[in-house]
Amino acid sequence: MSLNRREFLGAGAAAVAGTAIAPGIRLIELASARSPEDAVSMQQRWGLLIDSSKCAENCSACVSACHEENGVTDEGSPTTDAQWIRKVTVKNPTSGYSHSLPLMCQHCESPPCADVCPTGASFRRADGIVLVDKHICIGCRYCMMACPYKARSFIHETITDQKADAPRGKGTVESCTLCVHKVDRGDGTTACAEACNKEGHSAILFGDLNDANSEIARRLKTEASQQLRADLNLNTGVRYQGF
Amino acid sequence: MKKVHYTMIEGTSLGFWSLLAILGAFIAAGLASSYYMEHHGHIVTGMTNQIVWGTPHVFAVFLIVAASGALNVASIASVFGRKLYKPLGRLSALLALTLLTGGLAILVLDLGRPDRLIVAMTYYNFKSIFAWNMILYNGFFVIVGAYLWTMMEHRMNRFTKAAGMAAFIWRLTLTTGTGSIFGFLVARQAYDAAIMAPMFIIMSFSFGLAIYLLVLMFAYRWTERPLGDAVVYRLKNLLGVFVASVLYFTLAYHLTNLYVTEHHGVEGFILLGNNGGEIYSKFFWIGQIIAGSLIPLALFYMPVFGKSRFFIGVGALLVVIGGLCQMFVIIVGGQAYPMSLFPGMEVSSSFGDGKVADYSASLPEVMLGLSGIAIALAATAFAIKVLPFLATSLADEVADPHYQANDAATGAEASA
Amino acid sequence: MTHTNLFLRIRSWLVMLIATVMLQATAGIVYGDGHGNSRVPMPSTETAKGEKCVEPEDVMKRKHMEFILHQRDKTMHEGIRTKQYSLKNCVNCHADPQTQSVLGKDGFCESCHAYAAVSIDCFSCHTDSPEEQDAAVSGTVFGSIFDSNITK
Repeated sequence: MSLNRREFLGAGAAAVAGTAIAPGIRLIELASARSPEDAVSMQQRWGLLIDSSKCAENCSACVSACHEENGVTDEGSPTTDAQWIRKVTVKNPTSGYSHSLPLMCQHCESPPCADVCPTGASFRRADGIVLVDKHICIGCRYCMMACPYKARSFIHETITDQKADAPRGKGTVESCTLCVHKVDRGDGTTACAEACNKEGHSAILFGDLNDANSEIARRLKTEASQQLRADLNLNTGVRYQGF
Repeated sequence: MKKVHYTMIEGTSLGFWSLLAILGAFIAAGLASSYYMEHHGHIVTGMTNQIVWGTPHVFAVFLIVAASGALNVASIASVFGRKLYKPLGRLSALLALTLLTGGLAILVLDLGRPDRLIVAMTYYNFKSIFAWNMILYNGFFVIVGAYLWTMMEHRMNRFTKAAGMAAFIWRLTLTTGTGSIFGFLVARQAYDAAIMAPMFIIMSFSFGLAIYLLVLMFAYRWTERPLGDAVVYRLKNLLGVFVASVLYFTLAYHLTNLYVTEHHGVEGFILLGNNGGEIYSKFFWIGQIIAGSLIPLALFYMPVFGKSRFFIGVGALLVVIGGLCQMFVIIVGGQAYPMSLFPGMEVSSSFGDGKVADYSASLPEVMLGLSGIAIALAATAFAIKVLPFLATSLADEVADPHYQANDAATGAEASA
Repeated sequence: MTHTNLFLRIRSWLVMLIATVMLQATAGIVYGDGHGNSRVPMPSTETAKGEKCVEPEDVMKRKHMEFILHQRDKTMHEGIRTKQYSLKNCVNCHADPQTQSVLGKDGFCESCHAYAAVSIDCFSCHTDSPEEQDAAVSGTVFGSIFDSNITK
């Protein structure tokens, strides 16, 4: 039995909490490893930086890894199966230049899905992750009408064998969670980014946009990047470069 | 002008019970479809992750829009003081309630989790036009119910004008809300237009009046109650104006889009059937424009047809069918056209990016949609049996404020 | 006149309905007293793991739904993932070692909910099986140390 990262960080956070000088004041502030009893805060803004020039056209490791991590299964019906992340091929019709990139929920600061959701099931967490609260999702699909990135899927059939960390069920809408369960336990990465690194492409970088010392913030500061449908001014948490 | 009496219909004939039985069968089929869809999931429908709203929504939005329009007849009497419309008011408010019930029933039964209706009623996101609509729809029942009460209870008659005004403002707000469901969608090429709200209001005038006219003519003919030409001609002329207005708004909407290069793709798709949009251009030109607008206008205004009850009825029915076609083009056509993710680029993916989405309605969806209409009609038929909604006579000497005795001969002939 | 008749009829239907519901309820109290002679099989409450639950048994019986509902919103919206009242923690301990599930005829959750005639909505989305073995075991051991810190 080995101490996994999560338990290690959990115990560490508890120890830190124990050494508090006075209530509310802590000796050390843990930057990324938020302890499980603390609410997420606006101090973080999680996001991705995707470099499409590093993304290989015939590789879909990120897609497989995401769907493996979150238990998104192929039910054999392409038009109704959920896709939390997909590879999109973008071709310039005049020059013929073509490249590919992974596309998922862009985790907007002002998400149109959350605006239109009648019950508030679609929402943005304080740390910028856009989620569906499936407990109060009534399955009206208005968010799917509103999302400019077509990032959402409706679950069209009964689902079994869900992952413990990714509950999902018939009649509700879902999308990329930015591997929120991994973020919450302090893994500091997402399944797609891990898989991309493992393939040697390193086209996907996960990090805290608000942390000036993070690699993602440094690269965004020094390299050109863009948002998809920047005209909508949604301030997305997922940024692209390389095209 | 004589005093107007209202009586219940007898509703004991074999024909009446057969009508209820047939409508009941449709309702049962709709409920069975809904159970089937909920049990298996939406996989058994034609709806997909690309076409997320399908046939049920075409019927539901049509009925909701028509509901607020059906109330217009009553509003014209209470708010604008037109005497001819006064005896028509009760049925108008009744239809408003039953059509809305039918439409909402479809919407609720199509939800992914219809069992969570209570969640929809208890959790509100006030930035969502959908949440606003839930309040507007529920409020509509209360306000129109109260309005009906002031019309049907003598002691309350003095409040009719105030209640009518409130209901009128409420219904304009409600249809603005319904139109804005589409108007507020930034993501899709065919929506995201402020004109949607006023266009839906004028559509409601047209669809609601067409249904009202059909129900009125059908009910009076079947119960052998006199229905004078004054009422019928007035209503059909008004309907003609509304149909023409919808055409105008449709024209303005498409002209605006045609001017903007960005929208040429989606316009070619809907209007010319480019890129696999044939089905939508057929529904648009044949369904909405020719059958739903031009033919009814001809039937209403050409003297050969305009005096015939039969052709007026056909015209009103065509307006209803054209309205359903228009809804199909707006709702399904608007979704089938691919979203512009990378403007100016050709995109492709495993998720249907850059590709026109296929949609074919499944039987359960269609049954669910039709059951909404059946619910509205069955509720109306039942209501006019148990409460006095219909004027005993709408013959010209009763209904027409400008009726003169020397017209009596012709008037009597017409209503015979 | 006809109105009065209709109202009277509706009222008599309502009275009938209420009477029927009350009769049913009384029957439930009489027969379903939980002492063996009930028509409904007694629920299975056997739990393989751990010595005691996160709260005393009688508290859990009455309030588990409130605990997990409260935790649900905390976890979903604020990312608070303490173990004490987490559904995952329930499943990890209470899943039947044979079936690896809290559902099924003798499953911890389902058998009792069937007995009480209350439907469970959790498992249309959440898995009814415990997490993978090593994670679950370490989770229990360290989780308990950890919980003692956070539940003060």
